[in-house]
Amino acid sequence: MATLKDAEVGQTVKVKRLKGEGAIKRRIMDMGITKGTEIYIRKVAPLGDPIELNVRGYELSLRKTDAEMIEIE
Amino acid sequence: MSCKIALVGNPNSGKTTLFNVLTGANQSVGNWPGVTVEKKEGKLKSNKEISIIDLPGIYSLSPYTLEEVVSRNYLLNEKPDCMINIVDGTNLERNLYLTTQLIELSIPVVVAVNMMDIVQKNGDIIETKKLEEAFGCPFVEISAMKSNGIDNLLNKVIQVAKKKGEKRVAIFNDSVERILAQIESSLEGKVPVNEERWYAIKLFERDEKVLSNIKIEKNILAKVEALTQELEKELDDDSESIITNERYHYITTAIKDSYVKKNREQLTLSDKIDRIVTNRILALPIFAAVMFIVYYISVTTVGTILTDFTNDTLFAEWIIPGVSGFLESINTAEWLQGLLVDGIVGGVGAVLGFVPQIFVLFILLAILEECGYMARVAFVLDRIFCRFGLSGKSFIPMLISTGCGIPGVLASRTIENERDRRITIMTTTFMPCGAKLPIIALIAGALFGGQWWVAPSAYFVGILAIIISGIMLKKTKPFRGKPSPFVMELPAYHAPLPSAVLRSMWERGWSFMKKAGTIILLSAIFIWFASGYGFVNGSFGAVEEYESSILGYIGAAIAWIFSPLGFGNAKAAVATFLGLVAKENVVTTFGILYGYTEVTENGMEIWSLLQADYSALAGYSFLVFNLLCAPCFAAIGAIHREMNSGKWTWFAILYQTGFAYVVALMIYQFGMLFTGNENVIGLVFAFIFAFIILFMLFKPYKEVHTLKTDVKM
Repeated sequence: MATLKDAEVGQTVKVKRLKGEGAIKRRIMDMGITKGTEIYIRKVAPLGDPIELNVRGYELSLRKTDAEMIEIE
Repeated sequence: MSCKIALVGNPNSGKTTLFNVLTGANQSVGNWPGVTVEKKEGKLKSNKEISIIDLPGIYSLSPYTLEEVVSRNYLLNEKPDCMINIVDGTNLERNLYLTTQLIELSIPVVVAVNMMDIVQKNGDIIETKKLEEAFGCPFVEISAMKSNGIDNLLNKVIQVAKKKGEKRVAIFNDSVERILAQIESSLEGKVPVNEERWYAIKLFERDEKVLSNIKIEKNILAKVEALTQELEKELDDDSESIITNERYHYITTAIKDSYVKKNREQLTLSDKIDRIVTNRILALPIFAAVMFIVYYISVTTVGTILTDFTNDTLFAEWIIPGVSGFLESINTAEWLQGLLVDGIVGGVGAVLGFVPQIFVLFILLAILEECGYMARVAFVLDRIFCRFGLSGKSFIPMLISTGCGIPGVLASRTIENERDRRITIMTTTFMPCGAKLPIIALIAGALFGGQWWVAPSAYFVGILAIIISGIMLKKTKPFRGKPSPFVMELPAYHAPLPSAVLRSMWERGWSFMKKAGTIILLSAIFIWFASGYGFVNGSFGAVEEYESSILGYIGAAIAWIFSPLGFGNAKAAVATFLGLVAKENVVTTFGILYGYTEVTENGMEIWSLLQADYSALAGYSFLVFNLLCAPCFAAIGAIHREMNSGKWTWFAILYQTGFAYVVALMIYQFGMLFTGNENVIGLVFAFIFAFIILFMLFKPYKEVHTLKTDVKM
């Protein structure tokens, strides 16, 4: 199953579903990453982690371990 | 009519700017009880009967973060007359998410669409009439930065606050609404009528905080759970996700025909800046340059000049001689003169001396925060710091602490996550500050023949102490199980507003003076008393020499504690103790104890005397202990200010001192073993401590993803 962690910089992907539960999952959803949302992967931080995304018209950063919770199409 | 208005909105939505516009100078800043979250209250400029509460910036009313729980509890328990929900017009979609939750509470809402000047400049159109219909509450266009639309907003607020009970809109799809209606009807009579929907949604989401706070019969809860599971099965998702998805779905539909964005795909100026600032190659050099400028201005140049002026000229040359001259002229008793001049004025001086430097630093920090760079600092450095239980933003407190630990501790304010912030506060003073340099110079000069590596090794010890402590502390009970998510917004860059920068500087500086000031003043008076008074020939009174003062007795009494570290004598104990007042005192105290009234900064006069009393190893152990142990009173005051809790302050001080003791003991005992003079008992303890530290370092640790916020409702 492909997750957001595997997506390349410059790609636009669509969220299929979110794995896991609890605080971090809820936080990711609260920030606007829900089923069907389009995410543009803008860049990776200079040291390789975290990544910067464009979601719903704003910039969001996320650690790769958390990006693994997001399954994409 | 007196009324209470709560200001609610996302971080970076301009909430603080609006709060400042509404209240002007009528503000008071404090903390929410028991937590490190800031609480701001104020009175409306045009009508003092209306009070405004600025709630913390939040993205949601979930039960997971401290800020969200604090806001939620306030809204539910205090029931303000009206909420102003400020939303960023340039980022409507995510900002309206909180709005969908606020309209479920039984409190009237007015939505203030902020940054309309930028929206209009971009050529975008927001049709507020349509949004009003979709959300069932008034929408007002404002620009807090330009103070536009504020009167209009206030008129709406007063209108709405008077007539409660608005029309309610259905946010969710039919099947969710159907289930919610069923849950609502089963709650009839259990909760206030107008809060039925809020509780229904929370029970559906299985919100533990709400569940544990309302009394509902088991059979009703079982029925709610059955309904929830039925829908979860039908929609193949968990209830929390269903609700969140539905909220965003509703917003997307609502703004489709009320929010028209011109030239969507073009890069904004902010995007272009960000391309350079967080560029893979340029990000780190740019970061280094920014940090150099911050350090250079706040520590090396402007900050130090101002601090030196306050300490050496304003207090030492003007105020203290002035006050003592005046007291002498009116024949004040000698002890009272001592108390007033050395105790109180000296103590106040110790507080105020740091204030100019703190103000300079706070201006710089406020600029970095306001313009959006601070979020990028966290983005760039997260990879390194998250391993030590710290945030990327912890770098700034640590850098500043190499100049002075007080502004260093206070700089931790910019870290959002409470665990990261607390660990940063506890470890940042491990960095050798400017006042510890004389101690390094004394030991390096007297016992190491001025060898080059002693000073750099002090910084190395400091950095290592931070890393080791970070890894250990995040596994200890107070911190374990507190995840530090890094799901962070990177706000658009914008030019900082000078008034906001100055206000932020003043608020932080003033709260330092108030809170830290008390502790520093009381300690200064205590030390003045303990070092100047004691027993001579069986009678109590003022004494000339340290040895016969209360402090001298304490020193002699506790000296044995330091024997395992290699410096178990009264002189070193007293010097270490007086280091609590200011670390510069360590060297001057040594001078006095060896019979010199004054010594140069590196204590050159007493080098040969020190050589007679201490081995190089004992000296290094003394150095390390003094570098790592509890900082000076002023820094302890700053820790107290930031922790907002006596318990946490004690925990920090005891941890620092205990850690310093253990490290110094290991250095001395292993050093003795290496030189063939081992002490068996000491060595056993050194091995035990080393084992415990290694165990803590390599103990497996997994960041948990569930969080229980320990805040009482």
